[in-house]
Amino acid sequence: MKLAVIDEALEPWSYLSEYQQVAHTQPGEYGATAAFVGTMRDFNEGDEVRGMFLEHYPGMTERYLEKIAQQAGERWSLSDCLIVHRVGHLLPGDPIVLVAAWSAHRNAAFEASRWLMEELKSKAPFWKKEQLAEGSRWVAKNTQG
Amino acid sequence: MQVHVRFFASLRERIGCAGQEISLSAGATVADAWSQAAGGNVLSDNILAARNMEYVAFSSELADGDEIAFFPPVTGGAG
Repeated sequence: MKLAVIDEALEPWSYLSEYQQVAHTQPGEYGATAAFVGTMRDFNEGDEVRGMFLEHYPGMTERYLEKIAQQAGERWSLSDCLIVHRVGHLLPGDPIVLVAAWSAHRNAAFEASRWLMEELKSKAPFWKKEQLAEGSRWVAKNTQG
Repeated sequence: MQVHVRFFASLRERIGCAGQEISLSAGATVADAWSQAAGGNVLSDNILAARNMEYVAFSSELADGDEIAFFPPVTGGAG
């Protein structure tokens, strides 16, 4: 299991590949890997978005990610899971979040990764501030998905 | 007792303060910490509160040395 909040560019596919080399899962132990990557859009609520700043609550955010990863491990039979979330300045197209789950069969990996994303979006202390053509604004609520 | 109050994101900008130490009497709650630290702003229902980095209700009692954080609805993730 790995949970990380990073203030540098996230390249999700190489991150995932490198993690698999050192993960607790052994090749052959799992039959399913589900990975979700969330990427910054250049539009929101009808406006062009030019950039974004992602703030978090150092300490609580990491603790919360750990809590939901543990809960996922109790709800589903997972071999492993991974959550990586960006903070700091982002541009459209930049990956924001990577969630992956490994399990013996596909159902647990699909369901756990989806659940982790929804939990993260609704409760983990992160806040987005968008830079628009004129000025900036805090995002008031998340999209429905 | 002394507690440390922190504000994040839009609340920090609205209140104009990232954090401060305040003194409260025994039995004080999260809502009391807000009243003393938030400069007259209203504690609306959509504000979230954490005590020592765990979500709590506004009615939760505080202890000396607590860190109390207030923040707006969270907006992490993507997609």
